[in-house]
Amino acid sequence: MKRKHKRLTFVGLGLLLLGAAAALVLTAFEDSIVFFFSPTEVLAKQGELTPQRRLRIGGLVEEGSVAKADGGAVTTFRITDLTAVVPVVFRGILPDLFREGQGVVAEGTWQNGVFQATEVLAKHDENYMPPEVAEALKKSGQWQQTGAPKEAKP
Amino acid sequence: MAPSSSLHRFANPARFLRLAAVVQPWAAGLTIAALIAGLYLGLIASPGDYQQGETVRIMYIHVPSAWMALFCYTNMALASAVALIWRHPLADVIAKATAPIGACFTFLALVTGSLWGKPMWGTWWVWDARLTSVLILFFLYLGYMALYNAFDDATRGARAAAVLALVGVVNVPIIKFSVDWWNTLHQPASVVKLDGPAIHPSMLWPLLLMALAFTTYYVWVLLLRVRAELIGRRVRAIRLRQTQVR
Repeated sequence: MKRKHKRLTFVGLGLLLLGAAAALVLTAFEDSIVFFFSPTEVLAKQGELTPQRRLRIGGLVEEGSVAKADGGAVTTFRITDLTAVVPVVFRGILPDLFREGQGVVAEGTWQNGVFQATEVLAKHDENYMPPEVAEALKKSGQWQQTGAPKEAKP
Repeated sequence: MAPSSSLHRFANPARFLRLAAVVQPWAAGLTIAALIAGLYLGLIASPGDYQQGETVRIMYIHVPSAWMALFCYTNMALASAVALIWRHPLADVIAKATAPIGACFTFLALVTGSLWGKPMWGTWWVWDARLTSVLILFFLYLGYMALYNAFDDATRGARAAAVLALVGVVNVPIIKFSVDWWNTLHQPASVVKLDGPAIHPSMLWPLLLMALAFTTYYVWVLLLRVRAELIGRRVRAIRLRQTQVR
């Protein structure tokens, strides 16, 4: 019995220490683990962003902000987290889910107050429903903006 | 070492074999029934999604696979702990038999997720916290299997692999909560969340049926593998005794 208990304590303590170590490492590297920054975070750390530093910005495509230039090859739009807004310029092919009000993640560089994106990915939210249900929700006014960041939801 | 609790009764391999022989055909039958119903509902009877269209059907394979990847790993780690601490031979066999099944589920989740990601996100793969941690889970399964067979002495291999399984268990909560702790491209949980599923019942039912099918499939294949392993070990023991007699 004695040895069993010893092994149990050993395994339990080991897991506890391992968990604590993992938690410390993950907290320390939080800035590199996050896949994207919100517009608020990007504007807050604007000073430390050089034009060479690559980063990703995630949020919603602001309603009415999408415009085309250069014969449709260049898309300009604004990404918002409903508190801050960042202007984005992108030359390339957009994913099918890209539309106003949709969550997106753009990768690129920060050039004097404008985000020059080299890649734009659509972010899907956790809601799944048939089109009829989506229509009905919109009609009854119960529709919540899709893709909104968690903290922005009422 | 008298059997002290009722759980110890099932740790006896002979009794386990008898129980497994009864449970296995039921698990097999349930798997086939739930799989037929789940695939019919998921691929034919359920509606497309308002945004994803027909691509949503990948979810019926992807989500249960990902759940099973985590469930199998948790099982493997639990069995490894029991094998390490209480030295139950059956726990070791269960952990060993779970590894390849879990690895297959993880592989399936990664591949189906990639196939969904291209049309929906616009990319096959990104290094966000969810995707990366699941890839690490896949490597943990592979590492476990490799380490188990890396020793000439089978008990040493089993012990080393059990330690690896326990070390890797920190990854399980990281995978589950990665989408809540950090910004990820992967969406947060749709089914297991505090304010109820964010998924319409017409899509939730096929998903749950597929999850049931995958779970019973795991039980079915696990019993099959455990029985084969126990019989194999017995054959090896008999052979060893015969060579010693000669």
